[in-house]
Amino acid sequence: MLRRLIFALAAALVAPAALAQGTIKIAVIGPMAYVQGENHWMGAELARDDINNAGGISVGGKKMKVELIRADSNEIQSVSDATNAMERVITSDKADFIVGGFRSEAVLAMQEVAMDYKKLFLGCGAADAKLGQNVDANYERYKYWFRVTPTKAPDLARTLFAVLGSIAGQIRTDLKKDKPKVAIVAEKVLWTQGIVNALQANLPKMNMEVVGLWQPSPTATDVSAELSAIERSGADIVFTAVSGPVGIVLGRQMGERKMKAIAFGINVEAQKDGVWEATAGKGNYVSTLDTYGMVEVTPKMVPFVKEFEARFHKEPTYTAATYDAIMILKDAIEQAGTTSADKLVPVLEGLKDYVGTAATLTWDKAHDPVWAVGKTSGIAVQWQNGKKVPFWPQQTKGMKPFLLP
Amino acid sequence: MLQDILVTGLVNGGVYALLAIGFSLIFGVARIVNIAHTAFYMLAAYCFYTLLVRLHVPGALAALASVAAVTALSVLCYRLVIEPVREHESAVLIATIALALIFQELMLYFYGGNFLGIPSAVDGVLMLFGVSIPYQRLLILAVAAAALVATWYLLYRTRLGLAIRATANDLEVANLMGMNVHRVAMTTVAISVALAAIAGVVVAPVFVVDPFMWLTPLVTMLAIVVLGGLGSLKGSLVGALVIGYVEAITVFALPQGAFLKGAVALSIMVLVLLARPEGLFGVAFEEER
Repeated sequence: MLRRLIFALAAALVAPAALAQGTIKIAVIGPMAYVQGENHWMGAELARDDINNAGGISVGGKKMKVELIRADSNEIQSVSDATNAMERVITSDKADFIVGGFRSEAVLAMQEVAMDYKKLFLGCGAADAKLGQNVDANYERYKYWFRVTPTKAPDLARTLFAVLGSIAGQIRTDLKKDKPKVAIVAEKVLWTQGIVNALQANLPKMNMEVVGLWQPSPTATDVSAELSAIERSGADIVFTAVSGPVGIVLGRQMGERKMKAIAFGINVEAQKDGVWEATAGKGNYVSTLDTYGMVEVTPKMVPFVKEFEARFHKEPTYTAATYDAIMILKDAIEQAGTTSADKLVPVLEGLKDYVGTAATLTWDKAHDPVWAVGKTSGIAVQWQNGKKVPFWPQQTKGMKPFLLP
Repeated sequence: MLQDILVTGLVNGGVYALLAIGFSLIFGVARIVNIAHTAFYMLAAYCFYTLLVRLHVPGALAALASVAAVTALSVLCYRLVIEPVREHESAVLIATIALALIFQELMLYFYGGNFLGIPSAVDGVLMLFGVSIPYQRLLILAVAAAALVATWYLLYRTRLGLAIRATANDLEVANLMGMNVHRVAMTTVAISVALAAIAGVVVAPVFVVDPFMWLTPLVTMLAIVVLGGLGSLKGSLVGALVIGYVEAITVFALPQGAFLKGAVALSIMVLVLLARPEGLFGVAFEEER
């Protein structure tokens, strides 16, 4: 009897391990207490369920299910927490692949850990160009890094210029101002520096006048002094490059002051559903680059957004492109017939115009998405009476007009 | 530009004063360095948000309930955490840091790290010398002024105030005279935290509510009370205005260095301390005591 019990206990202990051998472990790493991390996880959950419901990933003829590992990087608060989380998913949880990451400073540090262990790390959140430059500069070490979303910071700037040109055109026509004035508000952080430099160099060439540059702290919760100065400058456009709470405060305080200037740029908080409530309904006209919307940037976008909203009762933000990252991994594994990172790298590099939910993706030699309007550039959206309305690129089906205050 | 600086500095100074008064009071009277002071401000903001936005409780009732709940919590915290170690200043410091971090992590657990917004009590903008000031900010100024007057009245025109000042002056003598010094200290903590909670309720609508919202004001508030003279209410008010104006001047004079406004304010504090180690009103306060 005792022997039978011991055998049963041993079998019970061994069984999960045996099951786990038939799975592909994908670590989803992100700031899980925040919207960015939540979206990393939700996008990955959808991908896992879609794959597993269809039977799994075929690896050399054998079907393997996807198992997700949820890793809270706490990267918004602590870079060392992020590297610890990366170390843990690789050494303790035995992840085969990693997707996610958000804050550039943390992702740069996590990239080092992943590369130490030669693990494929598909980034879905950080924009800093250095991540791709590492691949270019030291290919053998960094070849396991691929950026899925967003495009690198200089390419984000290209998108911004394209949208800004369109908004300036509307201001010239509607407000009869030949040379719109632009105030730049950019957090003093790594990812905004390239954008600020590009703006200062190029806006005068685009017949726009830069009336000033304000660089609040990323954790600033009050920009009333900055806005007073901006109002005084007579700016028509407040160009934003902000990812922290300052994005909400800026939108709200501009609304409270009933400023005539339009806020456009990158405002990560404005991409979220919750921003309307967070600005207490004052964030009207705030506009930002975004990734997902009910528009046909790719044939998969609208169905994905619908599925996401039906399941999670909220709109996806760009970090939900973990869905695409996992689907790309699936295709690559099935094509290569292996989960070996070294064998998957050339397959991923050979990817051409992969149609995902967020973009139509081709990687360059730095493993950054090749920038193209309508493919990887993303979309621009504006908050209009509580709704996030996509308005750019105008030629994409489903876009609505951009409104001036 | 001058009128922008004058108006913006005054309004922001009012916000800071509201927070600094309570902190200064508790230190001046009870010699408690309550690092959790702004964490109570954060809790009041969350409480107000929950009642007003999620439970749709009427604004005035939600505000009163938030202030009352956070004040009651502070009394509990005082009895359980601060009072047992009150004789050891460093232990109080560490205990209140721990309290603040516990509150922060609890809010992170229950509400996540997302930024939340509270509607303004009063909508609209006043144009003053060509500068637009939202009414909510004027409300903050009015509340700050009222809180300062009420605190002064309480301390200098009531028997409770007399007891508080006597306890602050000499705890042992006050005890020998038959005063319940522990109760006086507890009352002071409650008054101080109530001021922080009032700040949380009126200030939160112009900022955003998140679990880390107590950190930035904590640093600014420490700078103000050290600048003004630890424990001096008048010093807190003047310090708040100085910091408010220094920040405004930084942003207007050096837009690209707007992120430095906190650092510039702290540098001013260091400079003042080098010239006058007791702060602007430290000596007057000591004489007063």
